Amino acid sequence: MRQDTRMKYELGGYRTVESPSHRPHAPADAISLRAVSHSYGDLRTLDSIDLEAPPHSVLGLVGPSGCGKSTLLELICGLREPTAGAIEVGGEARAEGRLARCAFMPQRDLLLPWYSAIDNAALALRNQGMRRREARAAATGLFERFGLAGFEGMRPSELSGGMRQRVAFLRTLIAGKPVLALDEPFASLDAITRAEMQEWLAAALRADPRTVVLVTHDVEEALYLCDRVAVLSARPARIVGELSAPHPRASDRDTAVTDPEFVAAREEAMRALREGSR
Amino acid sequence: MRRWLLPLALIALLLGIWQLAASTGAIADALSLEDFLVPSPTEIASSLWDSRSLLAENAWVTLREILLGIFFALVVGAGFAILMHRWQLLRDAAYPLIVASQTIPIVVISPILLVWFGYGVTPKIVIIALICFFPITVNVLDGLRSVDPDAVKLMRSLDASRWQRFWRVEAPAALPNLFTGLKIAVVLSPISAVFAEWVGSSSGLGHLIQSDTANYQVARQFASVVVLSAMALALIGLTALAERRVVRWR
Repeated sequence: MRQDTRMKYELGGYRTVESPSHRPHAPADAISLRAVSHSYGDLRTLDSIDLEAPPHSVLGLVGPSGCGKSTLLELICGLREPTAGAIEVGGEARAEGRLARCAFMPQRDLLLPWYSAIDNAALALRNQGMRRREARAAATGLFERFGLAGFEGMRPSELSGGMRQRVAFLRTLIAGKPVLALDEPFASLDAITRAEMQEWLAAALRADPRTVVLVTHDVEEALYLCDRVAVLSARPARIVGELSAPHPRASDRDTAVTDPEFVAAREEAMRALREGSR
Repeated sequence: MRRWLLPLALIALLLGIWQLAASTGAIADALSLEDFLVPSPTEIASSLWDSRSLLAENAWVTLREILLGIFFALVVGAGFAILMHRWQLLRDAAYPLIVASQTIPIVVISPILLVWFGYGVTPKIVIIALICFFPITVNVLDGLRSVDPDAVKLMRSLDASRWQRFWRVEAPAALPNLFTGLKIAVVLSPISAVFAEWVGSSSGLGHLIQSDTANYQVARQFASVVVLSAMALALIGLTALAERRVVRWR
């Protein structure tokens, strides 16, 4: 119960700083995939995928589990090379170039247990050569803005699941890259925390827009958070549907997901998903 | 409280029985031995006190051998594990040999080491290090390999160099395993030290036990054993303490 009020308070506190004076500071890149195919040895995972994401847009990738969504995300991030086809992120086609432009958030939070919450969040700054004190100072501002004030010195094991995901997301954001690649960021959370985190992420992205690729198996999550949603088929994954999320969306999740236009889009996505799974 | 009290009570009981059996001559009679060959706990305690400077002197020699042996095992063992982790070719080539090398009884090669390194402290350190090297290397390598592949991807995406990946993810992840190996090494090291001294030496607890055997100084032999176990227990305790201080996230 206490936890709930605290989160509400923090979300509220966060909204107050989301003023017009605060505007995007990180650049955003366009992403384009042309006829991208991938296989692990004989196992074909992706079959001729074409995708476009303009700068500052949020692209959702939805598909049945094991269809290759995560592989697709790793390809975009430059963590892998496709077997065929071309991927460009901000005009960079080489894997190292893409890796330099994308920040990857893996499925599990993977916070390092030997670092405090703030040191985990500031990991990218430390890797980029910043001193510990400066990196902490830079991250402290974000902790305050994103409802994590007071949690800086805690170890990951002392944080709740939702808090851990927030720290993990901040770690991705702080890297300062034009593209955020999020792999099912909320899959491990319970329904209530997940809904809260979706609102939190939507607000965070309004405050600090980047180009985002979000992998999820939750159609509702994709339509609530993304501008466009690509529906993938079972392996080898093809694109079986592409829809635009209804616009404008209410920032309040409960209002947004009960909007008739939203419900219609969700049904359409579900239909594509069902057909693609066959 | 109970954790300490029960074992202490059991030790007191066992010592009491021993005291009774030794001072009445029951054990000596049963083994058909002279009484002085079966010292009672009080006799061992007085020998411990009477020979305290001799015991301390030799204990220091053995302790130094142990510490140096473990130090070299740690540096070489952890270093080699890191190299094998870094270069798969080296791991594929060397790892089977390291495992196979454990079939070589150190007993057999220690006289050779004595010939090579002389009578001094060096062959003891080499023998201890050879025995302690294996658990450290194997455990550290295991720890380094246990790192989540997703954590490596994450670090690559967060602009970490190979070196940063090692120091910020792989090395801390392997630390608990390093301590597991170290604890095994610490348990093995006093036995290794005594054994190394038996092969040839002029000082140390192992040497003292050996020369006391020749002189039927049975009470002092027991006293040496008491000192040796106390030393081993202290080392194990210190290692556990260091682990708790260093691996605080567990």
